[in-house]
Amino acid sequence: MLAQLSSTTWEAPPVDYHALAPGIVLVGVIVVMILVDLFAPRGAKGALSSLAGIGLLGAAIPVITLAIDGTPRVLFGGAYVVDQFTLVLTGLFLLTGYIVVLMSTNVIAEGDYWEGEYYILVLSSVLGMMVMASTRDLIGIFVALELLSIPAYMLATWRKRDLKGNEAGLKYYLMGVFASAIMLYGMSLIYGFTGTTVLTEIGAKVGGDLGDSKAMVTLAIVFVLVGFGFKVSAVPFHTWAPDTYEGAPTPITAFLSTASKAAGFVALLELIFVGFYGRHDVFEPLMWALAAATMTVGNLIALRQTNVVRMLAYSGIAQAGYILAPFAVAGSSASVGVGALKAIVTYLVIYVIMNLGAFAVVIAVARKTRSAEITSFGGLFQYAPGLAVCMGIFLASLAGIPPMGGWFAKFVIFGSLVAPGTIQGYALAVLVGVNSVIAAFYYLRVVREMFMEDAPDGDLAPIRVPASISIALVLTVTITLIYGVLPGVVAHFTDSVNLVTLGR
Amino acid sequence: MLLNQFLFLAAILFCTGVYGVLARRNGVMVLMSVELMLNAVNINLVAFGAYRHDITGQVFALFVIAIAAAEVGVGLALVLMLYRNRRSIDVDDVDLMKG
Repeated sequence: MLAQLSSTTWEAPPVDYHALAPGIVLVGVIVVMILVDLFAPRGAKGALSSLAGIGLLGAAIPVITLAIDGTPRVLFGGAYVVDQFTLVLTGLFLLTGYIVVLMSTNVIAEGDYWEGEYYILVLSSVLGMMVMASTRDLIGIFVALELLSIPAYMLATWRKRDLKGNEAGLKYYLMGVFASAIMLYGMSLIYGFTGTTVLTEIGAKVGGDLGDSKAMVTLAIVFVLVGFGFKVSAVPFHTWAPDTYEGAPTPITAFLSTASKAAGFVALLELIFVGFYGRHDVFEPLMWALAAATMTVGNLIALRQTNVVRMLAYSGIAQAGYILAPFAVAGSSASVGVGALKAIVTYLVIYVIMNLGAFAVVIAVARKTRSAEITSFGGLFQYAPGLAVCMGIFLASLAGIPPMGGWFAKFVIFGSLVAPGTIQGYALAVLVGVNSVIAAFYYLRVVREMFMEDAPDGDLAPIRVPASISIALVLTVTITLIYGVLPGVVAHFTDSVNLVTLGR
Repeated sequence: MLLNQFLFLAAILFCTGVYGVLARRNGVMVLMSVELMLNAVNINLVAFGAYRHDITGQVFALFVIAIAAAEVGVGLALVLMLYRNRRSIDVDDVDLMKG
């Protein structure tokens, strides 16, 4: 092996720096932030949040120039691809990161937390998600997963002296590393039986005749998909999510339940549509069971919650079930597969934005009430009508009531589920419908509390909403409404999405 | 080359690791069990790489080793923090919130 190494001459691969520019800009910003954090005086650390925000917007510039250019770029022998799929999701991750930084600015500055490290870790995690959106290789997916997860473990534990914060971080960490070890074992077997880590080459091999090793490849696919089931908090691998969400600082909860979950789905999309598409006999039943269990269990437990953050955690689990559903029918034919892919990406974009908005309202309200109980939202409309209306819009959107964005997202999911015309697809569509009705109960309970009840302690002093949270709210409300009222205008962002090698 | 022996060793190591994660209560032991699982992966990767005369397996194993070190660094920090706050590293005692 070593002799073989020394005999080959090293040849540097051609590197397309334009395609890598978003990541390079973000790495540059992270390095600058580390230096600023090192030399800045203690009182001036607040500038780091502005720097993080500007850095995320700066990284979006090459994403836009790449989108205008429009040609798919393939680097490193197919291991790193920049196409429409990558650009839509990279843009989404950068926007999510920006909104999370906006939501964090006041919480972190007022809480005597470690400001510099906080933003550096958020940006590192966003970098991992961007890599996840571009990579089409098992090694790349693993590195991206760890790059986005390891900072997230630390961010979840950010309140070091708080026992709930400790518990949040520890549970997230233990579940996370256990899941990634299982996923890696599956990846090692897939590498062993196909001889490659590039997803397109795996895709060409796993669907073909593997002889005796077919059973092992099936096992390996199940291991890899189950590993990501933890990441997207699919039932029965969801137990960490509510505890971690409750114990982590609320902006980080928003980050974990949107961006981190979306990154898990991006990995699933790449693995299933590029790598394992030929083995739809394996992933379809698995995804069907996961989707059905996830949406039903998530919704039923969400009904019982009295804490808004825990309710949003379980609602996020249920929403993950809806996003998993199109995977269960994706293998019927290439056109159905493309439809399922577009439905999932559309739902991801809308879910991330509306959920972030809901968390922004929770953060703004908690600045006054110091509580996240549902009853603490009582009478919100009387003293903070703007926040109450925003929360109403986000909850209605999560429930799928027209004309909010969530309605359009549900609509495309239904469309993709009935497209193949199979009994499994119809059954899952019915389950999604029933679950949407159950979900409306607990979303509307919060709305009723805000508009119909009186403030619990009769305190009607208005809430002073900081400028950064107002910007986050304006961004999220606008996108949620545009997606609901004018889906045709924005749908072309996701219409062009395709994973090049789809089809058998 | 005999591939099977290596795969059996890796499978046994992996199962030992899974058992350790699920059954052990001491935080450090849980971390060590995760390491056993990751080392099973490394044995798999290196054995497959050598069997196929392909360098990718070794490269993948190097990535796994490096990232596992970073992961365990964070894990030990979490266990240390737990010890400072609670004077115990029993992971089953961490149950303020229940699922």
